[in-house]
Amino acid sequence: MRRMPTPEDLGAYVDEAAKLIDLPIAAEHRPGVIQFVGVIMGAAAAVMEFPLPDDVEGAPVFEP
Amino acid sequence: MSGVDYVGSDGLGLVSAIRSGGVSARAVADAALARIATRGVAVNAFTTVLADQARADAARVDEALAAGRDPGPLAGMPFAAKDLFDIAGVTTLAGSKINAERPPAARDAAAVAALRRAGAVLMGALNMDEYAYGFTGENSHYGPIRNPHDPARVAGGSSGGSGAAVGAGLVPLTLGSDTNGSVRVPAALCGAFGLKPTYGRVSRAGSALFAGSFDHVGALGRSVRDVAAAFDVMHGPDPDDPVCSPRPAESCLPVLGQGIGGLRVAVLDGHFARGGEPEVFGAVAAVAAALGVTRRVTIPEAHRARAAAMVITASEGASIHLADLRTRPQDFDPLTRDRFLAGALVPGVFYQQAQRFRAWYRARVAEIFREVDVLLAPTTPCPAPRIGQERIVLDGVEVLTRPNLGVYTQPISFIGLPVLSVPIRTGALPLGVQIIGAPFRETHVLRVGALLESKGVVAAAVAA
Repeated sequence: MRRMPTPEDLGAYVDEAAKLIDLPIAAEHRPGVIQFVGVIMGAAAAVMEFPLPDDVEGAPVFEP
Repeated sequence: MSGVDYVGSDGLGLVSAIRSGGVSARAVADAALARIATRGVAVNAFTTVLADQARADAARVDEALAAGRDPGPLAGMPFAAKDLFDIAGVTTLAGSKINAERPPAARDAAAVAALRRAGAVLMGALNMDEYAYGFTGENSHYGPIRNPHDPARVAGGSSGGSGAAVGAGLVPLTLGSDTNGSVRVPAALCGAFGLKPTYGRVSRAGSALFAGSFDHVGALGRSVRDVAAAFDVMHGPDPDDPVCSPRPAESCLPVLGQGIGGLRVAVLDGHFARGGEPEVFGAVAAVAAALGVTRRVTIPEAHRARAAAMVITASEGASIHLADLRTRPQDFDPLTRDRFLAGALVPGVFYQQAQRFRAWYRARVAEIFREVDVLLAPTTPCPAPRIGQERIVLDGVEVLTRPNLGVYTQPISFIGLPVLSVPIRTGALPLGVQIIGAPFRETHVLRVGALLESKGVVAAAVAA
C-alpha cells in the first residue's frame, strides 16, 4: 500500500497546489483545508489501490 | 378547515376531497399557510413563503373545477421546493449568502413547473445545507433545520427543509435533490417517504447543480402514492437537461397495488450490514420479515464506491464554485467552505480513476440485478443526531457525524439506482429503509413500498 501523506506533506501540497491554481487560502482556513484534503486523499487511496483493467472507461453521460 | 383533516390526510387524499367538493383548494392552501406560520417557524424549514401566489394558484384550481375543467392530477395539493429549484420571481439561494445577490429567477425549474401544471400549489422554498454539501441540514446563514420529532436534533440534509416540512405536517409533498443521499437521509430522519429516481429520469433544468455526475431530483411525501404521483408528472425526456434520459415516461401510480408477486427481493449484506446502530438493522429486518425475504446478497467494493463518490463530489463541487472560492471564501458557510476549498485541490488522476471505478462498479451491480429485482438496506446508520454534534458512536466506534450519515446512501446514488426510502419507527425517532431497484425500475421500488405501507409496516411520521 502507498505511504499515506503526513500532515506536513498535506500542508506542503495544499500551499503549492493552491498557489499553482491561483486559489488564495487564508491562514484561518488553512488547517481545515488541510484536514479535508487529508480526508479526500484517504478516500482516493482506497480508489487508487484498486486494480482496474485498462479497458474500463469512465462513463460520461453527456452526448453532444 | 372543514371537510378534510389537513395533517391526517396524504396529498392525494386532499386532492380527492378538493375534487369531490368536500373542501376548496383555497381552504387547503389556507390550512397549509396556517400550519407553516405556526409549526414552520419551529423547524425552520422555509426560506420563502409564497402566501399570495399560493392563494391565487389555489383559487384557479377552484375556478377550474367550478367551470368543469380538469385542474390536473395534483389539483390543489400543497407542495414546497428545496431552495435550489428556481421559482419564477424568487432568488434561488441554494442555502448560500452569495447567491442572495443574484436576481430573481425568470422561470420555474422544470420539476416545479411540472408539479404546478398538474395542479399542485407551490407554498414556498425550503432551507438546506449550503450548496447541498451536507447530510445534516445545518446552515450557518439561515439557521439549522430542526427535526420535527425532536427540535434539538437535525432534520438531515441536504434537503433538510424538505424532510422537516413533511414531518412537521406543513405540506404533504416536497421537492428535494439527492447527490449522495440528500433526499433519502432527511426523509429517514424526519419520518417521510423519499423517492430518489434513476439518474437522468427527472429533469434537473432550472436547479442549482452540486456534483453533476450524481445530482438527482426527487420527492418526499406523506405516502407512497404521493411521491409516485409526483414522479409520474415530473419524469421523462427534457432537452434542457443534458443528462436527462430519452426513455419515454412510464406511469407508476396505476401499478402501486399490484403487490410484489414476481419480484425477487434480497437484503444487502457486507458494507450495508455493519457500521450502524443495531436499531437500523432491526428496521431492515422488520421490513424483510414483512416481505418474507431471507435472501442476502453482497455488492462488492461498496466501501470503495463511497470513497470514489466522495472524490468526485469534492472535485465537481469545487469546480462550480471556484470563482467565489478564489475571491470571497469568507462568504461561504464555515460548515462547507473548507471542504469546497479542499475539493479544488483534487488531482485529476484521482478524479478520473474514481470515474473509471464507477463504470466497473456499475457493471458488477448490473450482474446482481440479473439475479434479484429489489435490494433492501438501511438509509442512515443511526437516528437523527443532535444539532452541532461533531461525532457519533457507530457500532462502538467514534466517527465524524456529518460524512457518516451517508455511509449507506452514497454507494447507491454513485451509480444512479432508483431508491425509495420508507419511514419506519422502532424507537422514539423515525428511521428509514432503502428499497433499491435496477435502473429505471421505479415501479418495482414503489410497489414494494406500497405493499409495506398497506401492511402498516411503514408509515409517515407526522408530528402532532
